[in-house]
Amino acid sequence: MTTALKLTGLSKSFPVGKRLFGPPKALVRAVQPLSLAVEAGETLGIVGESGCGKSTLARMLVGLLPPSSGTIEINGEPLDNADPAFFGRKIQYVFQDPISSLNPRKTIRQIMDAPLKHLHNMPAATRADRIREIFSAVNLREEFLDRYPHEFSGGQAQRIGIARALAADARILILDEPVSALDVSVQAQVLNLLADLKERFGLTYLFISHDLAVVEAVSDRVAVLYFGSVVEVGPADEVFAHPKHPYTKLLADSAPVVGRPLTAPEGRETELPDPLNPPAGCAFRARCAFASDQCGSEAPRLEGQSDGVRVACYHPIAD
Amino acid sequence: MMAFLKLLARNRLALGGLIVMGLVVVLALITPLLPLADPDVTNTAQRFKRPFSDGALLGTDHLGRDLLSRLLWGTRLSLAVGFAAAIIAATLGAAIGIIAGFYGGRTDNIIMRGVDMLMAFPYILLALAIVAALGPGLMNALIAVAAVNIPFFARNIRGITVGIAHKEFVDAARLSGMTDTRIILTEVLPNVIPVIVIAMSTTIGWMILETAGLSFLGLGSQPPQADLGSMLGEARSALITNPHTSVVPGAMILIIVMAINLLGDGVRDALDPRLKSGALSRPMPTTMVKRTGLPPEAKADTLLALRGLKTQFQVKDRIYKAVGGVDLQVNPGECLGVIGESGSGKSVTALSIMGLVASPPGVITGGAVHYKGEDLIGAPYEKLRSLRGDRIAYIFQDPLATLHPLYTVGEQLIEAVRAHHSIDRSKARAHAIDLLKSVRIPNAEVRIDSYPHEMSGGMRQRVGIAMALANEPEVIIADEPTTALDVTVQAQILSLLDDLRRQRGLAIIFITHDFGVVAQLCDRVAVMYAGRIVEEGPTQTVLNAPAHPYTSRLMACVPELGQGRRELAAIPGLPPVVDKLPEGCAFADRCHKATDACRQGNIELVRHGAENMVRCIAPETPAQEASQ
Repeated sequence: MTTALKLTGLSKSFPVGKRLFGPPKALVRAVQPLSLAVEAGETLGIVGESGCGKSTLARMLVGLLPPSSGTIEINGEPLDNADPAFFGRKIQYVFQDPISSLNPRKTIRQIMDAPLKHLHNMPAATRADRIREIFSAVNLREEFLDRYPHEFSGGQAQRIGIARALAADARILILDEPVSALDVSVQAQVLNLLADLKERFGLTYLFISHDLAVVEAVSDRVAVLYFGSVVEVGPADEVFAHPKHPYTKLLADSAPVVGRPLTAPEGRETELPDPLNPPAGCAFRARCAFASDQCGSEAPRLEGQSDGVRVACYHPIAD
Repeated sequence: MMAFLKLLARNRLALGGLIVMGLVVVLALITPLLPLADPDVTNTAQRFKRPFSDGALLGTDHLGRDLLSRLLWGTRLSLAVGFAAAIIAATLGAAIGIIAGFYGGRTDNIIMRGVDMLMAFPYILLALAIVAALGPGLMNALIAVAAVNIPFFARNIRGITVGIAHKEFVDAARLSGMTDTRIILTEVLPNVIPVIVIAMSTTIGWMILETAGLSFLGLGSQPPQADLGSMLGEARSALITNPHTSVVPGAMILIIVMAINLLGDGVRDALDPRLKSGALSRPMPTTMVKRTGLPPEAKADTLLALRGLKTQFQVKDRIYKAVGGVDLQVNPGECLGVIGESGSGKSVTALSIMGLVASPPGVITGGAVHYKGEDLIGAPYEKLRSLRGDRIAYIFQDPLATLHPLYTVGEQLIEAVRAHHSIDRSKARAHAIDLLKSVRIPNAEVRIDSYPHEMSGGMRQRVGIAMALANEPEVIIADEPTTALDVTVQAQILSLLDDLRRQRGLAIIFITHDFGVVAQLCDRVAVMYAGRIVEEGPTQTVLNAPAHPYTSRLMACVPELGQGRRELAAIPGLPPVVDKLPEGCAFADRCHKATDACRQGNIELVRHGAENMVRCIAPETPAQEASQ
């Protein structure tokens, strides 16, 4: 197996309180320095709640946001230029909101044409053939090509979004909450389509979601994000069956499951830490039942455990 | 385009403006073809002839020139200059606005401060300065008027562009390899053009006036050339003795500006997307009721019961049957889950209970809602108002949208209490603090003075729940209250709701699309599809042994934690659109066991087992099994 995507020390800070001249008043760390590797043909699930930095991470990976530090390597080649057109041929993005990711004033054909024309300089005749091919791969009828985005349901629009990403002929797709705006019956259709496409075209996925069950159903490996850092990463079945980080366990226990009685798995008033005033040490400390003095002094690093799982915790939960 | 003209024609005043303006433009266009006297030939012997005299229909001016001819030629010139100035100002202003809005940051800052400086001068002073620098003349007046109006366009268009530049489709275009220039031209501009047209249509009249003003001062068109402003200026000295020389151009300016402004307002309204959706038409305080036949009788001993409720949306010639005959009931201390996908009619059902569906286009066409035996459908507004938020309260999905951003949560809670009970403010405030404590908001005495934006999503939803509890209602209708929240916060909110209903004996109607939530919170569950209930019963039996194929297949679609990586069982196809529902079972087209019998007649909701109801002629489980 080769490494398709490798992130080393990637981080992003946003300035707060911009001034016309001079430095900003403060910096908010949306993504702490983070290192991850995705193997070719793998699906890496990224789980986290709102504000954990998963969308910022995704936007950095496709070049829509320049990272504050760190490097991105695709197939061993570093990507040091923040030009989406250059990124676009190697790595593509599927958006969360399928309707708003399509320009309301363009036909689907114009939307599909763009990556072929601008990324691959394809002549018109070849483009038409290629679009037909891709459309049949995502089970869309060709007559849709001359319609406008508002004529489609969410599920159809998401297939169009996936088709556009495929048209760029990139081998790596970043799927940013691709099904969270869809109804459950349609969600399953899209997830199955994604699995099928991956098989057919040998794709590598980075699947970002807040829904643990969905991530579990599609991922080979999972990384859990909290407050901009990876707190646990490992094989999907291992991470969900035996969560080692207290936050992963909290997430798994909070998901409503048929047949499990209603419990509030933690104190009912806890909130996320303030990004403008980040806590010292482990960011999860205030919500954690196992917190000790050590947790307050220095943030724990990701360290290897059994079964290929790595956890950033001084007191990982034993089985 | 046709739709746009139709919308425009609905506005009588705009239509009038369009007709008048059309006439004026046609006259201006055909002026060279008309048998008119030369507008610039002076004949002092014939000066100041009255209107309707021989050879001069509108009379002559102080040099004996034919006023009709000068008026038409002058109108032609004024219109041309006005339109040209509007197009120049719109083009340059839009270009500046789009660039500033698209690039943002420092570019935006520098450009917009420049525009602000331009706006800081009184416009006439600025125009005078430009004309003074360039010298008088119609062309220079045109430049001045255009320059003065650029900031208006730049600011308007920048605002719109900022919104569009952050849309996902612009990101998608970047990833498709488009350059910035191409994105501006093909992605941003087409979405901005309607705004440019609106801004132009409302300012063009103003620009014609400004050009006339400059000409009036002698800085625009130079003698002997006529435009409306210079005609007025020349007539000024004879204002008292020969008023017709001023009235003629004055009346034309009035006609043009009035017509353009009426037309401009019409264009703006017709292009505004909110108008098409009906959002600008004020909804009625309660949903319209058009029931045919006798409403169903009340059943005894239920707190809240819906009987055959039907709600439609009547949009033009289409009828969307959002709710097609729903029966539900809930008793004190009970939690009823209503589950369905988007468009299944679950939210419309909930809103219909208190007549909160917006009318137009919503109409309740049948059925009844019995609250303690009393029918609420068609009840007088005062009656509904006294119940809303007092006996029957709602919790909505997005607390940021339901809380008013300009009032503290305390003020809003106090208002909710005082709307129904006349108690003094200090007591109401104490009550509000108790409410916040009861939904477990830490530090309630301080938090009561927070604004909604200062709270996290979970905290805001607690305030939403506190507000629903304010008057100790008997029924709470919660419409997807946890969908916008993170799972850990959702767990907190659900356990809070569960405690509250057990402590206070609340009846809860809980609308959701999540089976996990229903399983944990609800005693009974009703599954909705295409506006009707397809299955109902105790949560345990419905979820363990779903009888309707839709329920069982929908449950199979949902990935559940702890089952590992797998293929999901998807339901093929899409739910039907509720303005053309098929005959028979609405799910038949997606059902693996549909037969011809499924597509005929009305399929009733029938008893299935001891406590369950199902709307299917071939249920998944035999009735005996379901009753166990």
